[in-house]
Amino acid sequence: MNHLPVLPILLPLITGALLVTLPRLGLNAQRFISLGATVAGLGLVLWLGSMVLEHGRLVYALGGWAPPFGIVLVPDRLSVLMLVLTATLAVPALIYACRGDDDAGAHFHALFQFQLMGLNGAFLTGDIFNLFVFFEVLLIASYALLLHGGGTARSRAGLHYVIINLIGSALFLLALGMLYGLTGTLNMADLATRISNAPQADQPLLQAASLVLLVVFGVKAALLPLLFWLPRAYTAAAAPVAALFAVMTKVGLYAMIRVFPLVFALDQPLAALTAWQWLWPLALATLALGGIGVLGATSLRNMTAYMVIVSTGTLMAIIALGSTEALAAALFYLVHTTLLTGGFFLFADLIARQRGAAGDYMVVTAAMKDRRTLGILFCFGAVALAGLPPFSGFVSKAWMLQASLAEGAAGIFWPLLLGAGFLMLVALSRAGSKFFWRQSPERDHDMRADRVRLACVIVLVGAGLVLSLAAAPLMDYTRSVAAQLMAPGDYVRAVHEAGLRLTGGH
Amino acid sequence: MEALYAIAVGVLTACGIYLVLRGRTFPVIMGLTLLSHGVNLFLFASGRLALAAPAVIGESADPTDPLPQALVLTAIVISFAMTAFVVVLALRAAVELRNDHVDGVDPEEDWRP
Repeated sequence: MNHLPVLPILLPLITGALLVTLPRLGLNAQRFISLGATVAGLGLVLWLGSMVLEHGRLVYALGGWAPPFGIVLVPDRLSVLMLVLTATLAVPALIYACRGDDDAGAHFHALFQFQLMGLNGAFLTGDIFNLFVFFEVLLIASYALLLHGGGTARSRAGLHYVIINLIGSALFLLALGMLYGLTGTLNMADLATRISNAPQADQPLLQAASLVLLVVFGVKAALLPLLFWLPRAYTAAAAPVAALFAVMTKVGLYAMIRVFPLVFALDQPLAALTAWQWLWPLALATLALGGIGVLGATSLRNMTAYMVIVSTGTLMAIIALGSTEALAAALFYLVHTTLLTGGFFLFADLIARQRGAAGDYMVVTAAMKDRRTLGILFCFGAVALAGLPPFSGFVSKAWMLQASLAEGAAGIFWPLLLGAGFLMLVALSRAGSKFFWRQSPERDHDMRADRVRLACVIVLVGAGLVLSLAAAPLMDYTRSVAAQLMAPGDYVRAVHEAGLRLTGGH
Repeated sequence: MEALYAIAVGVLTACGIYLVLRGRTFPVIMGLTLLSHGVNLFLFASGRLALAAPAVIGESADPTDPLPQALVLTAIVISFAMTAFVVVLALRAAVELRNDHVDGVDPEEDWRP
């Protein structure tokens, strides 16, 4: 049996455990190990990706225990997309952290690895209780990472973040208890079969379980009534941590598009699910609130946090349409927005480091030394984020508008998406003019931008250009991901056949 | 037995939710603890309630489902660790923010002249 699918979980686990247990390892050695493991992880998920492209989907039974009783990892096209995205974001974020942010508290690198382990595990698993466990792994690592560096703002934001996520975990367990009580299984493929054959009397409880799951994933993804923890937490976190957190909200979205089409919609259209019908109005409200938040933000970091909310609202609204084309457009936008917002968290920190006490707050202060380089980069980033041509924001937005038109939802979706894009443009130009054009007459700040940090920001912001140049192959890929997600029967069959193979056909 | 069990889970969860909505960190942590107890009992019941039925196959004619016990064990470990963590975090926040309110500000303090 090929053990490749489990390696993206084992590699960060072993690295993190080594970093914790090796006594008095110097910071440079820690950086070397952590960075080496993260880059190796990127290579690993690309290798796994090529295997998945070849076979369409792999089923890996942990310990050789046959599904549905054992835990399975099911890397498919969606998993690979998320894994590669996470690894691509993690490398620049970690390099950025190695320039000094990792020194602000203990065990940064170990926690970073555990966070990656949780993320990779959540994207790979085919067992819903295992999904819960990996959620916990990534959350526990994120609690400590959020507090990394200390300070009152982090303590306050951290308290909210931890409490709301603990309540989320409790609700997750309630939903799993209901599902297990009704079906007697936790394997997602087996759950799907049993739920589609469930007696009529069980339907209300199954619906309740699906709605509780919507709340749980909504907390993680920051859907409207459950998003108020996000701006404060993401603003307070250290920059590389916030950049990695850009992919954390996407875990909630991933869980939704993994669990709902497969487990609850095996024999009915996705749009007919009660949970899915709730998604559309909530997503639109999230989008509107995110747009207003972007305009009202007082610092660039805070603004980026609200842009994460805008992206959540956009993604949820477009997947709520439930068509294959809309899902493909959403996945393209997901890649774009994760890399760009992650890059902007780093960028805000880079700017803040050169403005002395003013930080990244939108106030006028003395001119920055590197204002030309940073200004041009900011202009590119802002254009890409707001969704103007020629960057990937434009490609994804145009595709989403097209997809919503085909579903007859353009009347509400177009004004909101374009309006939020406009508000983002206004807010970003206001920030740009405060940072780069208007200067107080004092002597210039003499801090130069750190070259390595600058390079990390350029890589992530430059992703906007790369994604738009390589749009055609990526669009084809997200289409194939969406097609695979919309055919949950194949998933069920693949897991079932793997179970038969392992038990010798009985 | 089912009714008693359901009432116990319901009371624990209701008290937990009430306490979680309080303004100070200590009641909130108590609420999280009660909530996790309620959830653990609920998970346990998902394998159905049975008397004198061991969760080991072969020990009795009618063994009970062992899986919920494994699930509860995982949930207990996680919730116990997280309670310890949130207690430490709340203490740290109380020291740094000089009050024990969840929002980090004492609403009564602001009204003092």
